[in-house]
Amino acid sequence: MAATEELIRVAVEAGTPLLLATLGEIYAERSGVLNLGVEGMMLMGAATGFMVTFVTHNPLLGVVAAAVVGVLLSLVHAFVSITLRANQVVSGLALTMIGLGLSSLIARKFVGLPLPVRIPTIPIPGLSQIPIIGPGFFNHDPLVYFSYACVAILWYVLYKTKMGAAIRAVGENPAAADAMGVNVFLVRYLCVALGGGLAGIAGAYLSLVYAPMWIENMTAGRGWIAIALVVFALWDPLRAMIGAYLFGGLEAAQFTLQARGIDPSLLGMLPYIATIIVLLIGVKETLRKRIGAPAALCKPYYREERTL
Amino acid sequence: MPSWIKLVRRADVTRTTVIAVTAASFIFAFLLASIIFFWQGINPVAAYHDIFISAFGSLRGLYFTTLKAIPLLLCAVGLILVFKANVWNIGAEGQLLLGAVAAGWVALYALPNAPSFVVIPVMFILGAVAGAAWAAIPGFLKGKFNVNEIIVTLMMNYIAYKIVEYLIYGPWRGAGSWGYPITDEFPETAQLPLIPGTSIHYPTLVLAILSSLAMYFLLSRTKFGFEVKAVGYNVEAARYAGISFFKVCFVTMLISGALAGIAGVGEVAGLHHRLIYPWSISSGYGFSAIIVAWLARLHPIAAIFMSFLLGGLFVGGYAIQVSMGLSYSVIHLFNGLILICLIASEILLNYQIVLPRGELKWQRLKS
Repeated sequence: MAATEELIRVAVEAGTPLLLATLGEIYAERSGVLNLGVEGMMLMGAATGFMVTFVTHNPLLGVVAAAVVGVLLSLVHAFVSITLRANQVVSGLALTMIGLGLSSLIARKFVGLPLPVRIPTIPIPGLSQIPIIGPGFFNHDPLVYFSYACVAILWYVLYKTKMGAAIRAVGENPAAADAMGVNVFLVRYLCVALGGGLAGIAGAYLSLVYAPMWIENMTAGRGWIAIALVVFALWDPLRAMIGAYLFGGLEAAQFTLQARGIDPSLLGMLPYIATIIVLLIGVKETLRKRIGAPAALCKPYYREERTL
Repeated sequence: MPSWIKLVRRADVTRTTVIAVTAASFIFAFLLASIIFFWQGINPVAAYHDIFISAFGSLRGLYFTTLKAIPLLLCAVGLILVFKANVWNIGAEGQLLLGAVAAGWVALYALPNAPSFVVIPVMFILGAVAGAAWAAIPGFLKGKFNVNEIIVTLMMNYIAYKIVEYLIYGPWRGAGSWGYPITDEFPETAQLPLIPGTSIHYPTLVLAILSSLAMYFLLSRTKFGFEVKAVGYNVEAARYAGISFFKVCFVTMLISGALAGIAGVGEVAGLHHRLIYPWSISSGYGFSAIIVAWLARLHPIAAIFMSFLLGGLFVGGYAIQVSMGLSYSVIHLFNGLILICLIASEILLNYQIVLPRGELKWQRLKS
């Protein structure tokens, strides 16, 4: 069973950055803001996380710095799309371009350098002894456990608390939420910022654990895959886990197949083709279960023009 | 937005205002970039000097700028059409690469011995078909099932990259390429003619300018152009008026993909004369074309000038890459900053900002 354990372990490791980024984007979209800048925020997180860890030899500081940079970038998008009411699609695209260019500029002297410290793997006593799933899920670095905690907390908050109800209301009908006394702008800013922070950490995971090094454009489309996973997850943090590990498993399978002599260029297409398929499944499910995207997604809120 | 600033929707905007706001946001983006450069220990004045001189300071520079403007304009004209319909084709990059692949197949495998007057038109036609076919997939999925076209077009970009990579590393690797991942050189009959003394492949340049004139006509004078704008303005209202969203979405995607495909033919048949690394064939024209379209405020004729402006930025990007040792990706920073300043400035076009006069504010404070 060692092979299965190894497959799960690699799938979780490769899926963790996708999971973190997807969770953040779920919250942003639930509040009605589409942020297409995930790829750019992840790249900035990866670059910042690597540089700070390289200089301070403290990975925790690196992760925190990556989160802060992610938040700052996402606030640019929040300001432009929420306050200035500009087109969210274009603003997000611009953010991705800025992240790509800026990360390659600021980290240009760190390309390919080896990371001096590693984030340690800490097996969870007891849980990691469970056959098959134990070593696969509970023998990881702390960031993986952090992502588990995020799934649980974000799911609970979204569905079981007053705050979560407010977020969902803002994303479905901001005028009604406003009339109930919810601060629409504040909720949207906070959700977008949360998305930015998690995307930053997702990037740091790539450059500190998964790679571990910094190369230009190292996310290779993972930010976009995360945005597709939001649809597949039907905007539900629990379902996001399934999608993220599915893609993690696909990445793991790629290595195995490549070792068997299948052309790496053709194998490299798999995640992108799978993304399109997953998106189609998501849309079909949306129709079947009648759960759609948040109704106010992509629509700026004009308080002075509300009709309620 | 503080509550004492009032925004009043503008009824109409003059052309002068649009040009002034666009120019101001362009300049503002460069100011932001200079702050970043300064922080990174790079002299922004020297960098901008290098960019400007290399792109516009000499005849040679202008040739290079024109060369970059050709694919930018072709892609941008197509994007203007889809963006008008509020459909987001972010996949011009991939559609361009598929056009290049089609040209490579015609030049090297299908018609290696045919005369120029046969090969060149066939390359352009098949390149357009290949680009359109690549755009048809996201266009169909969006029009039929409302699948997010942004993600699908982006994924198609990555897949197109891998296809070119597969071809140049595998079956199409040239016999005379000394093991490098490139194809053989196109036969001379499949190389586009140049303006003497330059490297400007004029057939593609002519096609690009014609496409922007044709797009102006299509958008302003035809029923289809009206339908596109109606869908872009309000999908539901257009549906009630009997306009098929599927038709508008699918057809605009096909046209935009075809134009990007033509750009790809121009790049390989006019410039490189072989298939090379995908990121060397395109270096991001499909993405920069988005900025051209937006700078032109979705006006096809304005796009001609804007493609030269952004083409100059490409040439300048190469120049500072060499002179300052920066990565080529820095050009994305400029692109992103320009784009975000442009859309942020749109609030100035859509609204009039009314600041309260002193006495009014005083009254507010008292009450």
